[in-house]
Amino acid sequence: MALYRAHVLVCGEPRCVARGAQEVQAALVAKLEELGLGQEIQVLETTALGHGDQGPEIVVYPEGTHYVNLTPDDARLIAEEHLLKGRPVTRLIYKELPTEPLPPPAAKEVRVVLRNIGKIDPESIDDYIAEEGYQALAKVLSEMTPQQVIDEVLRSGLRGRGGAGFPAGKKWAFAAAQPGPDKYLICNGDEGDPGAFMNRRVLEGDPHAVIEGMIIAGYATGAHQGYFYVRAEYPIAVRTLRIAIQQARDYGLLGKNILGSGFDFDLELRMGAGAFVCGEETALMASIEGQRGMPRTRPPFPAVKGLWGKPTNINNVETYANVPQIILKGAEWFAARGTEKSKGTKTFAVAGKVKRTGLIEVPFGITLREIVYDVGGGILNDKKFKAVQTGGPMGGCIPEQYLDTPVDYETLGQLGSIMGSGGFVVMDEDTCMVDIARFFMEFAQDESCGKCVPCRVGTRRMLEILEDICAGKGQPGDIERLEALAQEVRLGSLCGLGQGAPNPVLSTIKYFRHEYEAHIYDHKCPAKVCKGLIEYKIDPAACTGCTACARNCPVSCITGKPKQTHVIDPEICIRCGICQQVCKFGAVLVE
Amino acid sequence: MKSLEELQKIKERALERKKLAGESARARVIVGMGTCGIAAGARETMKAILEWLEKQQIADVVVTQTGCIGMCEYEPIVQVQVGNAELVTYGKIDPARVPTLIERHVLNGEPVTEWQVK
Repeated sequence: MALYRAHVLVCGEPRCVARGAQEVQAALVAKLEELGLGQEIQVLETTALGHGDQGPEIVVYPEGTHYVNLTPDDARLIAEEHLLKGRPVTRLIYKELPTEPLPPPAAKEVRVVLRNIGKIDPESIDDYIAEEGYQALAKVLSEMTPQQVIDEVLRSGLRGRGGAGFPAGKKWAFAAAQPGPDKYLICNGDEGDPGAFMNRRVLEGDPHAVIEGMIIAGYATGAHQGYFYVRAEYPIAVRTLRIAIQQARDYGLLGKNILGSGFDFDLELRMGAGAFVCGEETALMASIEGQRGMPRTRPPFPAVKGLWGKPTNINNVETYANVPQIILKGAEWFAARGTEKSKGTKTFAVAGKVKRTGLIEVPFGITLREIVYDVGGGILNDKKFKAVQTGGPMGGCIPEQYLDTPVDYETLGQLGSIMGSGGFVVMDEDTCMVDIARFFMEFAQDESCGKCVPCRVGTRRMLEILEDICAGKGQPGDIERLEALAQEVRLGSLCGLGQGAPNPVLSTIKYFRHEYEAHIYDHKCPAKVCKGLIEYKIDPAACTGCTACARNCPVSCITGKPKQTHVIDPEICIRCGICQQVCKFGAVLVE
Repeated sequence: MKSLEELQKIKERALERKKLAGESARARVIVGMGTCGIAAGARETMKAILEWLEKQQIADVVVTQTGCIGMCEYEPIVQVQVGNAELVTYGKIDPARVPTLIERHVLNGEPVTEWQVK
């Protein structure tokens, strides 16, 4: 009897045949012949393999790899990748879909900005109008003076959702007080924080709410031309906005003499190239003008001298999206939620080591603990909470003892962090805080536009120190040097990037100084993350000599005979951790 | 549109159309098509739904799209509403799950509880 090194079972049930199993089998056999594997691999037609609803399906033995939804091309790919080169084609492997009921979504959510999202078709202006859309605009144009609009927004306590939290009504009043006739309005949709996508969701899901908010702001400030600044990395948001702007124009809600009121307003869409610094208002305006995106000194503030030197009002996507409802339901309704100084709700992008990641909208005043445990569902794998970083890469890390802090602009600032645009990254006990500080400093250093020397050079120097500490080359005095540099960078930078860049470092030094000290003085990384300070070892008691680690090691630093204990050579080891991942016996330890 | 009256008319028309669609359609199927949904394969899911309905010659089901509803982890998310019954949200609906979902919930009116996001 001929011996084969592998067998491929092809389902020949009518259901799979109807979906093209025979073509798949023919392609597989032909390709194996072509590769000269005809004598090594046997292809057998069999009965149902178990997932006929996803046929054609095959199973490759001895591994038992189950492929589904195959086309003849896929079969040829499997022949070449899996059967010839030994690399299973992951994308085609059957995946067990969860059958247990999915956990419930967030309780404690309040949807103001996100009220329509998931309910309406974002590409239908009629859907939006049916949900009270453009009613606020109608009210403003028919019943209110610009000053009354500003007063209403002021009374609502709405603050800028882009991060700094400046009262929107005040900003509008400054712009309105400037002499016209040329004034501009900008919507900042350059959401650049890694892992944050609140604005994208609003732009994609309910674009007309933002457009309506902008027209109202234009009326209040006396601007007749608005710009949407959206990053080019949001192609779906850009497409949705284009459609929405055109629909609003077709209905006469943008353009001349809106709703017969005599008020003119139109919008243009500008795409940003994805530089983080262009989320800063003055850099953003430079970018719209076609200049290099760099911040400039303020004052003069944009309300006085903004886009093309004219008075300009600039707000974030979420700020504008709140406006129509404030007008419709009243300032008191809006101000009923939140804390004394921060009114309304805020969207957060919850990410990191929590069970339920995603986008949420919660009222100000909710505690960090409620967000992590009630909304986020607690820490992944029930590990221990270590810290949460709010506000994106310029935010600070807040430790466990402050979990019961109610969230608003002021409290986060007092803890050395920021509200930012609403990033919310949860870290567990396996996170090294020095490594986190290094990671964010790398981001800041990379994104620094280079205009201010303290930011350009300072972030570079801080990054070098942090890299040294993580590599086990930290020197006594490094912590103090970092603190001193942080002050220089913060005080000597024009914009939020440089002013905020030290936050992750300062907050981790403040709350996790012992981790820095362990790295520098004891040459230990308590979370066992920093590669320069850890060593992989094989536990002789647990090792079965299966050779999996040695076979998978990319630098061949593991030696040992089959069925005997294996040994890692720390001199050659690059600490990639693959051996630990492939060991089925938990024999690879980190020290 | 040049006046407030016209805006009100459009609103009434939109509401009326929605109501009519709700009355004449057997069910509404809504697919989340934000960036998260599309990244998770919502386009394929949408395609599978439309193809399946066409194949089965079911014309009285309205299929629409919406944005991200905030549970990106469970994308592709599909919501189904039969008649005036409650809107049911499903998670991780890939094309392979589409026939079962439509058959059980849309046609037989029994929500597929095991895929439901509650």
